[in-house]
Amino acid sequence: MKRRKFDLAATPGKAAVGVDDRFAVATPLRKLLNKVFPDHWSFLLGEIALFSFVVLLLTGVFLTFFFEPAMTEVVYNGSYAPLQGTPMSAAYASSLDISFDVRGGLVMRQMHHWAALLFMAAIVVHMLRVFFTGAFRKPRETNWIIGSLLFWVGFLAGFTGYSLPDDGLSGTGLRIASAIMLSIPVIGSWVTSSVFAGEFPGTIIISRFFIAHVLLIPGLLVALISVHLGLVFKQKHTQWPGPGRTNNNVVGERMFPRYALKQGGFFMVVFGVIALMGGLFQINPIWLFGPYEAWVVSAASQPDWYVMFLDGSTRLMPAWEINIPLGDGYVIPPLFWPTVVLPGILVGLSTMYPFLEARHLKDRKSHNLLERPRDAPARTAVGAMAVSFYIVLTLSGANDVIADKFQISLNAMTWAGRIGLLVVPPLAYYVTYRLCLGLQQHDREVLAHGVETGIIRRMPDGRFVEVHQPLSASNGHADGHGQLDYVGWVVPKKMNRLGALGPAIRGFFYPIEKPVEAPVSPGHPPVEARPEREEIGSGESRR
Amino acid sequence: MTSDNDRRRGLLARLRERPAARSRGRRRLGAAVRLIAALMLAGGAYTVFAPGAQAQDNPQLTGAAAEGKALFDVSCVTCHGRNAQGVEGRGPSLIGVGAASVEFQVSSGRMPMARQEAQAHRKPPVFTDEQTRQLAQYIQELGGGPVVPEGDDLREDGNIASGGELFRINCSQCHAFGGGGGALSSGKFAPSLHPATDRQIYAAMLSGPQNMPVFGDNQLRPEQKADIIAYIQETLKHDQDPGGFNLGRYGPSTEGLAIFLVGIVALVFASLWIAGKS
Repeated sequence: MKRRKFDLAATPGKAAVGVDDRFAVATPLRKLLNKVFPDHWSFLLGEIALFSFVVLLLTGVFLTFFFEPAMTEVVYNGSYAPLQGTPMSAAYASSLDISFDVRGGLVMRQMHHWAALLFMAAIVVHMLRVFFTGAFRKPRETNWIIGSLLFWVGFLAGFTGYSLPDDGLSGTGLRIASAIMLSIPVIGSWVTSSVFAGEFPGTIIISRFFIAHVLLIPGLLVALISVHLGLVFKQKHTQWPGPGRTNNNVVGERMFPRYALKQGGFFMVVFGVIALMGGLFQINPIWLFGPYEAWVVSAASQPDWYVMFLDGSTRLMPAWEINIPLGDGYVIPPLFWPTVVLPGILVGLSTMYPFLEARHLKDRKSHNLLERPRDAPARTAVGAMAVSFYIVLTLSGANDVIADKFQISLNAMTWAGRIGLLVVPPLAYYVTYRLCLGLQQHDREVLAHGVETGIIRRMPDGRFVEVHQPLSASNGHADGHGQLDYVGWVVPKKMNRLGALGPAIRGFFYPIEKPVEAPVSPGHPPVEARPEREEIGSGESRR
Repeated sequence: MTSDNDRRRGLLARLRERPAARSRGRRRLGAAVRLIAALMLAGGAYTVFAPGAQAQDNPQLTGAAAEGKALFDVSCVTCHGRNAQGVEGRGPSLIGVGAASVEFQVSSGRMPMARQEAQAHRKPPVFTDEQTRQLAQYIQELGGGPVVPEGDDLREDGNIASGGELFRINCSQCHAFGGGGGALSSGKFAPSLHPATDRQIYAAMLSGPQNMPVFGDNQLRPEQKADIIAYIQETLKHDQDPGGFNLGRYGPSTEGLAIFLVGIVALVFASLWIAGKS
């Protein structure tokens, strides 16, 4: 019997042919793998959220193996001595077991929590990128709405997860949530008693939140993320303006192999950062908070950072109670405004922003090219206003910690927050607007007159002038200046950026090429233009 | 006397007897006698039990207290006044605050105060242990008050688990879950418990310094105080933080700061690097 020779090199090709014979995937796959993505660092921020969501799923599945979502009372008997013999809920006892008795449980719990914080932080940072570059404009309004919804669904995921361990901190958070629900006029008490199955805390809320946290909300997140990514595929990614980049094309790298490899590498980096934080930084030490009891509320009980703005708005809200003399008298508590009405307005404003802006500018065109923040001063200023509003609220949410550690009066902090909430956002609008205009003006100035060389020349008549390096050859102007059009991308502002828009030296740890020797003392300014120069434009992906 | 006769006949007999049997004059006389007797009893009890007014008139100070008075008259008298009676708008009277209060305030450096402000800050103590004891003795002999038990180790046989529960119920509202302290209104604050010694914690519970409520022996029994001190000293101070660097145990606010300063910053640099490698 003759043994067939095994040809290793031909195996992948044969296997691929075999797959294609059966499933006929070559054509759609070729289209997919050849899909082009523009390359810019700011386009990777959304991926941080996506990858931390993957880490959340992985660590979360691990945690469900050991977590017991029940409020039945047990007596703790695990290895954390200071709580031994303490009666507590099964949920808290199993959270303690995950932290102290399950091998690798604590690092998994901490990774899960850090990944949750990172997920929300990356969503916000990605959203800021999309907002400030105008990537939300037609045709991508739907994806902007989905992105905003992802933030609020992530908010719910975070809150339900925060409540699950049933320690002192989560119980305090739940208590506040029940108070917020109660404050809603007319339906408040029904909402609360249906969520908690009666009075707070009841005996079922942990089991309900568990199902919401591990099934319903992640399902919703997966669905929204899929649609979000599908729309990015369908509508194609936006790109920065530059040479060869128009509103009707996409310049970048093919999905396979380089883009996919980069994304794989970036996933590893995100995973690594989360793992490092989970191993190095202690997050939510539930064992110090103890089991939740209604009479135990620790100082510095705060929600996670993305909820903190609601805590802040509550702290800043004056105690304005509205009494309506209807029947036995009806009360709208002050809590209703900062915790129900304010987030409602924020959801509405943030999701509807693309339409508001288009309506205001009467802009019905499709935009596939991004705008630099300076080129849309009004939008950038509105964004700065929103960010400063959010930051004032978030800082006010931690105002007791800030007051204590920086030795400021808590009352002064509250008033600073109240005044700051009204004064800082308009100020931020004005300052940002002026900054944008100033940056625009400088860009135009450089295009018209050239780069400042820092060389001062004395004229025969005694005047001093600064020598400018023009960006283009003279086109007949008497002073040798040429006029270049602004293309919406970086204008070189320094001599060493001319003709080399990327980093001049390649190589990560060691330069792989020698930098060109710079003239030590430029006695003569290099005013004569170099014979060959790259076109002014983004050039970001080229070296 | 009539009332004496009544008393000898017993309570039940007197109740059964018709009141009409006695004349109005005798009833009035009896009432007057009883009133005088009650007044004399109350006054006598007061003179026996009341902290003597003679403390001021005729101070019988022991040696240590006399030393303490000398220190007091140099360092404390400006605000707390002569004989520790207090000065309006500057310092409270120290009559009756007890040695526990002096020990807490002076040994933790809070007194003498650096300046008049919302609350005294902890600083290196001005007086030695010996001088602190003398000052405490002086205030104790002036007006009495709570005293910290002897010994430096006041957490013997303390049960950490029950101490933890008591700590979370009674202390964590202000001093926070990790004992790091927290803010109160108008610039006042609950200080960190980390530099406090056993005796200082005990003295603070007994005397309720500044804004702290008093936890007398009928609110927290001495053995419960030992439990709390054991929890603070052995768990909060010596907890190894199994999860890594504890970020100051300030709760979610520093965690939020960390995710931006560490997580987002690291990953933005990573994305700059990855996008730059094309």
